[in-house]
Amino acid sequence: METNKGENTRMSKRQMTVVGGGLLGAAIAYGAARAGTSVHILDQGDSALRASRGNFGLVWVHGKGATMPDYVQWTKEGLRLWPELQNELMELTGVDAGLQQPGGFWLGFDEKDVEARAVALDKINQDGGDVPFQMMDRAELRQYLPGLGDAVVGGSFCSLDGQANPLMLLRALHAALKAKGVDIISGVDIAKVEYDAGTGMFDAVAKDGRRWKSDRLVLAAGLGNAALAPQVGLLAPVKPTRGQVLITERLKPFLDYPTNKCRQTKEGTVQLGSTAEDVGYDDGTSADKIEWLARRAVETFPVLGQARLVRAWGALRPLTPDGYPIYQESQTCPGAFVVSSHSGVTLAASHCYVLGPWTSGLTQTPQEFKSFRGERFLDPNASFSNGY
Amino acid sequence: MATDTFFSIPKSTAARTVTITFEGEPLSVPAGISVAAALLAGGVKNFRSSVVGGRPRAPYCMMGVCFECLVEIDGIPARQSCLIPVREGMAIRRQIGAVELQFGAGEKA
Repeated sequence: METNKGENTRMSKRQMTVVGGGLLGAAIAYGAARAGTSVHILDQGDSALRASRGNFGLVWVHGKGATMPDYVQWTKEGLRLWPELQNELMELTGVDAGLQQPGGFWLGFDEKDVEARAVALDKINQDGGDVPFQMMDRAELRQYLPGLGDAVVGGSFCSLDGQANPLMLLRALHAALKAKGVDIISGVDIAKVEYDAGTGMFDAVAKDGRRWKSDRLVLAAGLGNAALAPQVGLLAPVKPTRGQVLITERLKPFLDYPTNKCRQTKEGTVQLGSTAEDVGYDDGTSADKIEWLARRAVETFPVLGQARLVRAWGALRPLTPDGYPIYQESQTCPGAFVVSSHSGVTLAASHCYVLGPWTSGLTQTPQEFKSFRGERFLDPNASFSNGY
Repeated sequence: MATDTFFSIPKSTAARTVTITFEGEPLSVPAGISVAAALLAGGVKNFRSSVVGGRPRAPYCMMGVCFECLVEIDGIPARQSCLIPVREGMAIRRQIGAVELQFGAGEKA
Protein backbone atom coordinates (compact mmCIF):
# COMPACT_ATOMS: atom_id res chain seq x y z
CA MET A 1 0.00 0.00 0.00
CA GLU A 2 1.48 3.32 -1.04
CA THR A 3 1.49 6.29 1.27
CA ASN A 4 0.78 9.69 -0.21
CA LYS A 5 3.78 11.49 -1.62
CA GLY A 6 4.65 14.30 0.70
CA GLU A 7 3.80 12.15 3.71
CA ASN A 8 6.68 10.30 5.21
CA THR A 9 5.58 7.91 7.85
CA ARG A 10 8.34 5.35 7.43
CA MET A 11 11.48 5.61 9.45
CA SER A 12 14.86 4.15 8.71
CA LYS A 13 18.34 5.03 9.77
CA ARG A 14 18.64 7.33 6.79
CA GLN A 15 15.46 8.71 5.31
CA MET A 16 17.13 10.29 2.33
CA THR A 17 19.92 9.33 -0.03
CA VAL A 18 21.45 12.13 -2.08
CA VAL A 19 23.54 10.91 -5.03
CA GLY A 20 26.18 13.57 -5.62
CA GLY A 21 28.11 15.77 -3.22
CA GLY A 22 28.68 18.80 -5.45
CA LEU A 23 27.09 22.19 -5.02
CA LEU A 24 23.59 20.89 -5.77
CA GLY A 25 23.69 17.71 -3.73
CA ALA A 26 25.40 19.38 -0.79
CA ALA A 27 22.99 22.34 -0.72
CA ILE A 28 19.90 20.11 -0.91
CA ALA A 29 21.23 17.63 1.66
CA TYR A 30 22.03 20.48 4.02
CA GLY A 31 18.58 22.01 3.48
CA ALA A 32 16.96 18.64 4.19
CA ALA A 33 19.10 17.97 7.26
CA ARG A 34 18.37 21.37 8.82
CA ALA A 35 14.65 20.59 8.30
CA GLY A 36 15.06 17.44 10.37
CA THR A 37 15.53 14.78 7.69
CA SER A 38 18.26 12.20 8.23
CA VAL A 39 20.43 12.20 5.13
CA HIS A 40 23.46 10.57 3.66
CA ILE A 41 25.35 11.67 0.57
CA LEU A 42 26.98 9.25 -1.82
CA ASP A 43 29.80 11.09 -3.56
CA GLN A 44 31.87 9.79 -6.41
CA GLY A 45 35.18 11.05 -5.08
CA ASP A 46 38.25 11.90 -7.10
CA SER A 47 37.13 10.27 -10.34
CA ALA A 48 34.12 12.63 -10.53
CA LEU A 49 33.92 15.34 -13.19
CA ARG A 50 33.23 17.91 -10.45
CA ALA A 51 31.33 20.65 -12.26
CA SER A 52 31.22 22.57 -8.98
CA ARG A 53 34.92 23.31 -9.35
CA GLY A 54 34.35 24.92 -12.73
CA ASN A 55 31.71 27.47 -11.79
CA PHE A 56 32.66 31.08 -12.57
CA GLY A 57 31.19 32.24 -9.26
CA LEU A 58 28.66 34.82 -10.39
CA VAL A 59 25.48 35.25 -8.35
CA TRP A 60 23.46 36.56 -11.22
CA VAL A 61 20.00 37.16 -12.65
CA HIS A 62 20.13 39.89 -15.26
CA GLY A 63 19.91 38.51 -18.76
CA LYS A 64 18.79 35.05 -17.62
CA GLY A 65 15.36 33.58 -18.32
CA ALA A 66 14.57 35.43 -21.55
CA THR A 67 12.50 32.48 -22.76
CA MET A 68 11.20 31.26 -19.38
CA PRO A 69 9.64 33.83 -17.02
CA ASP A 70 9.38 31.27 -14.21
CA TYR A 71 13.16 30.97 -14.25
CA VAL A 72 13.56 34.72 -13.78
CA GLN A 73 11.46 34.62 -10.61
CA TRP A 74 13.19 31.47 -9.36
CA THR A 75 16.59 33.12 -9.86
CA LYS A 76 15.49 36.35 -8.15
CA GLU A 77 14.30 34.29 -5.19
CA GLY A 78 17.74 32.65 -5.11
CA LEU A 79 19.48 36.03 -4.91
CA ARG A 80 17.08 37.18 -2.18
CA LEU A 81 17.81 34.12 -0.03
CA TRP A 82 21.61 34.12 -0.51
CA PRO A 83 22.57 36.48 2.35
CA GLU A 84 20.77 34.22 4.82
CA LEU A 85 22.77 31.22 3.58
CA GLN A 86 26.05 33.15 3.70
CA ASN A 87 25.40 34.18 7.32
CA GLU A 88 24.15 30.78 8.39
CA LEU A 89 27.17 28.96 6.94
CA MET A 90 29.54 31.50 8.47
CA GLU A 91 27.99 31.11 11.92
CA LEU A 92 27.81 27.33 11.78
CA THR A 93 31.19 26.59 10.18
CA GLY A 94 33.32 29.75 10.26
CA VAL A 95 33.80 29.40 6.50
CA ASP A 96 33.19 32.51 4.39
CA ALA A 97 31.49 31.56 1.11
CA GLY A 98 32.53 34.96 -0.21
CA LEU A 99 29.14 36.48 -1.06
CA GLN A 100 29.18 40.09 -2.27
CA GLN A 101 26.13 41.63 -3.95
CA PRO A 102 27.18 45.12 -5.05
CA GLY A 103 25.43 44.73 -8.42
CA GLY A 104 27.02 43.37 -11.58
CA PHE A 105 27.93 44.56 -15.06
CA TRP A 106 27.53 42.93 -18.45
CA LEU A 107 30.02 44.48 -20.87
CA GLY A 108 29.75 44.52 -24.67
CA PHE A 109 32.38 45.05 -27.36
CA ASP A 110 29.93 45.61 -30.18
CA GLU A 111 27.10 48.19 -30.61
CA LYS A 112 24.82 45.51 -32.07
CA ASP A 113 25.36 43.22 -29.08
CA VAL A 114 24.61 46.06 -26.68
CA GLU A 115 21.40 46.93 -28.57
CA ALA A 116 20.34 43.27 -28.58
CA ARG A 117 21.06 43.15 -24.86
CA ALA A 118 18.78 46.13 -24.20
CA VAL A 119 15.98 44.51 -26.24
CA ALA A 120 16.37 41.18 -24.40
CA LEU A 121 16.32 42.83 -20.97
CA ASP A 122 13.24 44.87 -21.94
CA LYS A 123 11.51 41.71 -23.09
CA ILE A 124 12.22 39.99 -19.76
CA ASN A 125 10.48 42.83 -17.95
CA GLN A 126 7.56 42.98 -20.43
CA ASP A 127 7.03 39.32 -19.52
CA GLY A 128 6.76 40.33 -15.86
CA GLY A 129 10.40 39.86 -14.91
CA ASP A 130 10.67 43.01 -12.81
CA VAL A 131 14.48 42.81 -12.93
CA PRO A 132 16.01 46.22 -12.23
CA PHE A 133 18.56 47.06 -14.92
CA GLN A 134 20.19 50.04 -16.53
CA MET A 135 21.94 50.36 -19.89
CA MET A 136 25.12 52.47 -19.79
CA ASP A 137 27.51 53.89 -22.34
CA ARG A 138 31.27 53.67 -21.91
CA ALA A 139 31.62 57.01 -20.12
CA GLU A 140 28.99 56.07 -17.56
CA LEU A 141 30.44 52.59 -17.08
CA ARG A 142 33.82 54.15 -16.29
CA GLN A 143 32.34 55.93 -13.27
CA TYR A 144 31.92 52.48 -11.74
CA LEU A 145 34.69 50.58 -13.52
CA PRO A 146 37.84 52.75 -13.64
CA GLY A 147 40.34 51.63 -16.25
CA LEU A 148 37.70 50.18 -18.56
CA GLY A 149 39.17 49.75 -22.05
CA ASP A 150 38.10 51.54 -25.22
CA ALA A 151 37.05 48.17 -26.68
CA VAL A 152 33.99 48.22 -24.41
CA VAL A 153 31.25 50.24 -26.11
CA GLY A 154 28.48 49.81 -23.57
CA GLY A 155 26.89 47.52 -21.06
CA SER A 156 24.15 46.80 -18.60
CA PHE A 157 24.02 46.94 -14.82
CA CYS A 158 21.75 45.15 -12.37
CA SER A 159 21.83 46.05 -8.69
CA LEU A 160 20.75 42.56 -7.57
CA ASP A 161 23.78 40.74 -8.95
CA GLY A 162 27.02 39.76 -7.30
CA GLN A 163 29.54 37.00 -6.77
CA ALA A 164 30.61 34.28 -4.38
CA ASN A 165 33.50 31.86 -4.10
CA PRO A 166 32.38 28.49 -5.50
CA LEU A 167 35.17 26.51 -3.85
CA MET A 168 34.62 28.08 -0.44
CA LEU A 169 30.85 27.64 -0.80
CA LEU A 170 31.35 23.93 -1.43
CA ARG A 171 33.70 23.68 1.54
CA ALA A 172 31.26 25.59 3.76
CA LEU A 173 28.38 23.32 2.74
CA HIS A 174 30.41 20.20 3.46
CA ALA A 175 31.42 21.56 6.87
CA ALA A 176 27.77 22.40 7.56
CA LEU A 177 26.72 18.87 6.56
CA LYS A 178 29.17 17.39 9.05
CA ALA A 179 27.88 19.76 11.73
CA LYS A 180 24.34 18.49 11.07
CA GLY A 181 25.41 14.85 11.29
CA VAL A 182 25.06 14.05 7.60
CA ASP A 183 27.21 11.13 6.45
CA ILE A 184 29.23 11.97 3.36
CA ILE A 185 30.38 8.69 1.89
CA SER A 186 32.94 9.29 -0.84
CA GLY A 187 34.50 7.04 -3.44
CA VAL A 188 31.07 5.67 -4.31
CA ASP A 189 30.29 5.21 -7.99
CA ILE A 190 26.52 4.70 -8.19
CA ALA A 191 25.70 2.49 -11.18
CA LYS A 192 22.05 1.75 -10.50
CA VAL A 193 19.08 3.01 -8.53
CA GLU A 194 16.14 0.74 -7.75
CA TYR A 195 12.63 1.27 -6.43
CA ASP A 196 10.64 -1.41 -4.61
CA ALA A 197 6.96 -0.57 -5.07
CA GLY A 198 6.01 -3.01 -2.29
CA THR A 199 8.00 -1.33 0.44
CA GLY A 200 8.36 2.08 -1.21
CA MET A 201 12.11 1.90 -0.52
CA PHE A 202 14.97 2.89 -2.79
CA ASP A 203 18.29 1.15 -3.22
CA ALA A 204 21.32 3.00 -4.54
CA VAL A 205 23.74 0.40 -5.84
CA ALA A 206 27.44 1.08 -6.35
CA LYS A 207 29.61 -0.43 -9.07
CA ASP A 208 31.36 -2.50 -6.41
CA GLY A 209 28.00 -3.92 -5.23
CA ARG A 210 27.52 -1.90 -2.05
CA ARG A 211 23.94 -0.75 -1.44
CA TRP A 212 22.28 2.03 0.50
CA LYS A 213 18.57 1.96 1.34
CA SER A 214 16.35 4.97 1.95
CA ASP A 215 12.79 6.23 1.74
CA ARG A 216 13.75 9.12 -0.47
CA LEU A 217 16.23 9.45 -3.29
CA VAL A 218 17.61 12.68 -4.72
CA LEU A 219 19.64 12.45 -7.92
CA ALA A 220 22.10 15.35 -7.95
CA ALA A 221 24.78 13.52 -9.88
CA GLY A 222 25.58 16.18 -12.47
CA LEU A 223 26.23 14.51 -15.82
CA GLY A 224 25.50 11.16 -14.14
CA ASN A 225 21.81 12.12 -13.90
CA ALA A 226 21.31 11.38 -17.60
CA ALA A 227 21.73 7.62 -17.00
CA LEU A 228 20.28 7.40 -13.47
CA ALA A 229 17.05 9.42 -13.83
CA PRO A 230 15.27 7.03 -16.28
CA GLN A 231 15.73 4.17 -13.79
CA VAL A 232 13.22 5.87 -11.46
CA GLY A 233 10.82 7.26 -14.07
CA LEU A 234 12.51 10.62 -14.61
CA LEU A 235 14.30 12.37 -17.44
CA ALA A 236 17.49 14.47 -17.37
CA PRO A 237 19.05 14.76 -20.82
CA VAL A 238 22.09 16.76 -19.67
CA LYS A 239 25.20 17.15 -21.78
CA PRO A 240 28.65 18.47 -20.85
CA THR A 241 29.72 21.97 -21.73
CA ARG A 242 33.33 22.89 -21.02
CA GLY A 243 34.24 26.11 -19.28
CA GLN A 244 37.87 27.24 -19.18
CA VAL A 245 38.89 29.95 -16.74
CA LEU A 246 42.14 31.78 -16.00
CA ILE A 247 43.31 32.98 -12.60
CA THR A 248 45.71 35.85 -12.01
CA GLU A 249 48.05 36.38 -9.09
CA ARG A 250 46.55 38.20 -6.13
CA LEU A 251 46.24 41.90 -6.85
CA LYS A 252 45.29 44.88 -4.72
CA PRO A 253 41.54 45.57 -5.16
CA PHE A 254 40.88 47.47 -8.41
CA LEU A 255 37.55 46.05 -9.56
CA ASP A 256 34.62 46.77 -7.25
CA TYR A 257 31.96 44.92 -9.27
CA PRO A 258 31.78 41.51 -10.90
CA THR A 259 31.40 41.55 -14.69
CA ASN A 260 30.50 38.89 -17.22
CA LYS A 261 34.13 38.80 -18.42
CA CYS A 262 36.15 38.98 -15.21
CA ARG A 263 35.75 39.39 -11.49
CA GLN A 264 38.08 40.01 -8.57
CA THR A 265 37.73 37.85 -5.48
CA LYS A 266 37.92 39.07 -1.90
CA GLU A 267 41.42 37.55 -1.71
CA GLY A 268 42.58 39.58 -4.71
CA THR A 269 42.84 37.06 -7.55
CA VAL A 270 41.09 37.98 -10.76
CA GLN A 271 39.17 35.23 -12.47
CA LEU A 272 38.91 35.55 -16.25
CA GLY A 273 36.27 33.54 -17.95
CA SER A 274 34.75 31.67 -19.17
CA THR A 275 34.40 29.67 -22.33
CA ALA A 276 31.39 27.51 -23.15
CA GLU A 277 32.56 24.74 -25.45
CA ASP A 278 31.02 21.57 -26.81
CA VAL A 279 33.96 19.17 -26.67
CA GLY A 280 32.41 16.04 -25.21
CA TYR A 281 34.06 14.76 -22.05
CA ASP A 282 37.42 16.52 -22.50
CA ASP A 283 37.95 18.68 -19.39
CA GLY A 284 41.39 19.96 -20.37
CA THR A 285 42.62 23.42 -21.33
CA SER A 286 43.63 24.63 -24.78
CA ALA A 287 46.11 27.32 -25.83
CA ASP A 288 43.68 29.01 -28.24
CA LYS A 289 41.00 29.48 -25.58
CA ILE A 290 43.50 30.63 -22.96
CA GLU A 291 44.77 33.21 -25.43
CA TRP A 292 41.20 34.30 -26.26
CA LEU A 293 40.28 34.72 -22.58
CA ALA A 294 43.47 36.64 -21.79
CA ARG A 295 43.11 38.91 -24.82
CA ARG A 296 39.47 39.62 -24.01
CA ALA A 297 40.34 40.47 -20.40
CA VAL A 298 43.10 42.88 -21.41
CA GLU A 299 40.78 44.55 -23.93
CA THR A 300 38.22 44.93 -21.14
CA PHE A 301 40.73 46.26 -18.59
CA PRO A 302 44.08 47.13 -20.25
CA VAL A 303 45.76 47.34 -16.82
CA LEU A 304 45.35 43.54 -16.57
CA GLY A 305 48.19 43.31 -19.09
CA GLN A 306 50.50 43.77 -16.11
CA ALA A 307 49.06 40.85 -14.17
CA ARG A 308 50.64 37.42 -14.14
CA LEU A 309 48.46 34.37 -14.68
CA VAL A 310 48.99 31.57 -12.21
CA ARG A 311 46.46 28.94 -13.23
CA ALA A 312 44.16 27.83 -16.01
CA TRP A 313 41.63 25.05 -15.82
CA GLY A 314 38.75 23.48 -17.61
CA ALA A 315 35.68 21.86 -16.14
CA LEU A 316 32.62 20.14 -17.56
CA ARG A 317 29.29 21.55 -16.45
CA PRO A 318 26.00 19.78 -17.11
CA LEU A 319 23.66 21.67 -19.39
CA THR A 320 20.09 20.83 -20.37
CA PRO A 321 19.04 21.46 -24.00
CA ASP A 322 17.41 24.81 -23.08
CA GLY A 323 19.87 25.75 -20.34
CA TYR A 324 17.16 25.81 -17.65
CA PRO A 325 17.08 23.45 -14.69
CA ILE A 326 15.21 20.22 -14.11
CA TYR A 327 13.55 19.79 -10.70
CA GLN A 328 11.04 16.99 -10.57
CA GLU A 329 9.58 14.28 -8.38
CA SER A 330 8.89 10.94 -10.02
CA GLN A 331 5.24 9.98 -10.62
CA THR A 332 5.99 6.27 -10.87
CA CYS A 333 8.52 6.11 -8.02
CA PRO A 334 7.24 8.62 -5.45
CA GLY A 335 10.00 9.92 -3.23
CA ALA A 336 12.55 10.01 -6.08
CA PHE A 337 13.69 13.40 -7.31
CA VAL A 338 16.00 14.60 -10.04
CA VAL A 339 17.78 17.95 -9.86
CA SER A 340 19.98 19.33 -12.64
CA SER A 341 21.11 22.94 -12.77
CA HIS A 342 23.85 24.90 -14.49
CA SER A 343 23.76 27.54 -11.73
CA GLY A 344 24.89 25.85 -8.56
CA VAL A 345 26.25 29.09 -7.09
CA THR A 346 23.49 31.56 -8.04
CA LEU A 347 20.81 29.14 -6.87
CA ALA A 348 22.62 27.66 -3.85
CA ALA A 349 20.30 29.26 -1.29
CA SER A 350 17.14 28.15 -3.13
CA HIS A 351 18.54 24.66 -3.47
CA CYS A 352 19.07 24.63 0.28
CA TYR A 353 15.99 26.39 1.64
CA VAL A 354 13.41 25.38 -1.01
CA LEU A 355 14.59 22.07 -2.49
CA GLY A 356 15.78 20.70 0.89
CA PRO A 357 12.31 20.73 2.53
CA TRP A 358 10.59 19.87 -0.79
CA THR A 359 12.62 16.70 -1.37
CA SER A 360 12.04 15.85 2.32
CA GLY A 361 8.30 15.82 1.63
CA LEU A 362 7.69 18.73 3.99
CA THR A 363 6.40 21.22 1.39
CA GLN A 364 4.22 21.15 -1.72
CA THR A 365 5.81 21.34 -5.14
CA PRO A 366 6.34 25.07 -5.86
CA GLN A 367 4.02 26.39 -8.59
CA GLU A 368 6.82 27.42 -10.98
CA PHE A 369 8.31 23.91 -11.02
CA LYS A 370 5.82 22.95 -13.74
CA SER A 371 8.24 24.77 -16.07
CA PHE A 372 11.19 22.73 -14.83
CA ARG A 373 9.90 19.25 -15.65
CA GLY A 374 12.14 16.96 -17.71
CA GLU A 375 9.30 15.98 -20.07
CA ARG A 376 9.53 19.34 -21.81
CA PHE A 377 12.39 17.86 -23.85
CA LEU A 378 10.13 15.11 -25.24
CA ASP A 379 7.90 17.55 -27.18
CA PRO A 380 8.52 16.57 -30.83
CA ASN A 381 7.49 20.04 -32.05
CA ALA A 382 9.84 21.97 -29.78
CA SER A 383 13.38 22.98 -30.59
CA PHE A 384 15.83 24.07 -27.92
CA SER A 385 18.70 26.44 -27.66
CA ASN A 386 20.42 27.96 -24.69
CA GLY A 387 22.21 31.19 -23.92
CA TYR A 388 25.43 29.57 -22.79
CA MET B 1 72.10 40.03 7.19
CA ALA B 2 70.92 37.12 9.27
CA THR B 3 73.56 34.41 9.58
CA ASP B 4 71.47 31.92 11.54
CA THR B 5 70.34 29.62 8.73
CA PHE B 6 68.67 26.21 8.54
CA PHE B 7 70.17 25.62 5.11
CA SER B 8 73.65 25.25 3.67
CA ILE B 9 75.06 24.74 0.23
CA PRO B 10 77.83 22.14 -0.24
CA LYS B 11 81.18 23.83 -0.88
CA SER B 12 81.75 21.64 -3.94
CA THR B 13 78.94 23.42 -5.83
CA ALA B 14 80.45 26.86 -5.31
CA ALA B 15 82.81 26.89 -8.27
CA ARG B 16 81.88 30.48 -9.08
CA THR B 17 79.95 33.02 -7.05
CA VAL B 18 77.79 36.03 -7.86
CA THR B 19 76.73 38.90 -5.63
CA ILE B 20 73.07 39.70 -5.16
CA THR B 21 71.34 42.02 -2.70
CA PHE B 22 68.36 41.36 -0.47
CA GLU B 23 66.76 44.51 0.97
CA GLY B 24 70.00 46.27 0.05
CA GLU B 25 72.31 43.84 1.89
CA PRO B 26 74.86 42.05 -0.33
CA LEU B 27 75.03 38.26 -0.41
CA SER B 28 77.74 36.23 -2.14
CA VAL B 29 76.13 33.05 -3.46
CA PRO B 30 77.02 30.18 -5.82
CA ALA B 31 76.21 30.89 -9.46
CA GLY B 32 73.48 28.80 -11.03
CA ILE B 33 71.29 28.21 -7.98
CA SER B 34 67.78 29.62 -7.59
CA VAL B 35 67.07 32.93 -5.86
CA ALA B 36 65.02 31.08 -3.24
CA ALA B 37 67.88 28.65 -2.48
CA ALA B 38 70.36 31.52 -2.29
CA LEU B 39 68.22 33.52 0.13
CA LEU B 40 67.49 30.50 2.34
CA ALA B 41 71.20 29.64 2.52
CA GLY B 42 71.84 33.29 3.35
CA GLY B 43 69.57 33.01 6.38
CA VAL B 44 66.52 34.85 5.00
CA LYS B 45 63.35 33.56 6.66
CA ASN B 46 60.87 36.25 5.76
CA PHE B 47 60.45 36.44 1.97
CA ARG B 48 57.10 38.17 1.78
CA SER B 49 53.98 39.02 3.75
CA SER B 50 50.78 37.12 3.14
CA VAL B 51 48.17 38.97 1.10
CA VAL B 52 45.29 38.01 3.35
CA GLY B 53 46.73 37.98 6.87
CA GLY B 54 49.93 40.01 6.51
CA ARG B 55 51.96 37.21 8.15
CA PRO B 56 55.56 36.46 7.13
CA ARG B 57 56.07 33.73 4.53
CA ALA B 58 58.95 31.64 3.16
CA PRO B 59 59.35 29.05 0.39
CA TYR B 60 57.51 25.78 0.81
CA CYS B 61 57.51 23.61 -2.31
CA MET B 62 60.64 24.92 -4.09
CA MET B 63 59.20 23.72 -7.41
CA GLY B 64 56.93 26.49 -8.65
CA VAL B 65 53.61 25.37 -7.26
CA CYS B 66 52.90 27.03 -3.92
CA PHE B 67 53.68 30.71 -4.60
CA GLU B 68 54.99 31.15 -1.05
CA CYS B 69 58.43 32.35 -2.26
CA LEU B 70 57.32 35.51 -4.06
CA VAL B 71 59.80 38.42 -4.01
CA GLU B 72 60.39 41.57 -6.00
CA ILE B 73 63.35 41.17 -8.38
CA ASP B 74 64.88 44.20 -10.11
CA GLY B 75 61.67 46.16 -9.61
CA ILE B 76 59.31 43.48 -10.94
CA PRO B 77 56.89 42.37 -8.22
CA ALA B 78 55.71 38.93 -7.18
CA ARG B 79 58.28 36.73 -8.91
CA GLN B 80 58.60 33.06 -8.02
CA SER B 81 62.10 33.01 -6.55
CA CYS B 82 62.36 29.21 -6.63
CA LEU B 83 62.17 29.24 -10.44
CA ILE B 84 64.63 32.06 -11.17
CA PRO B 85 68.42 31.56 -11.20
CA VAL B 86 70.60 34.14 -9.44
CA ARG B 87 72.42 36.65 -11.62
CA GLU B 88 75.24 39.08 -10.76
CA GLY B 89 73.87 42.33 -9.35
CA MET B 90 70.29 41.13 -8.89
CA ALA B 91 68.38 43.41 -6.50
CA ILE B 92 65.79 41.52 -4.49
CA ARG B 93 63.22 42.89 -2.09
CA ARG B 94 60.45 41.42 0.05
CA GLN B 95 57.06 41.19 -1.61
CA ILE B 96 54.79 43.09 0.75
CA GLY B 97 51.16 42.13 0.23
CA ALA B 98 49.47 41.98 -3.15
CA VAL B 99 50.71 43.54 -6.37
CA GLU B 100 49.18 46.90 -7.21
CA LEU B 101 48.35 47.42 -10.88
CA GLN B 102 49.72 50.70 -12.22
CA PHE B 103 47.00 52.68 -13.96
CA GLY B 104 48.06 55.03 -16.73
CA ALA B 105 47.35 58.76 -16.54
CA GLY B 106 43.61 59.39 -16.73
CA GLU B 107 42.83 55.68 -16.62
CA LYS B 108 41.66 55.64 -13.02
CA ALA B 109 38.72 57.91 -12.30
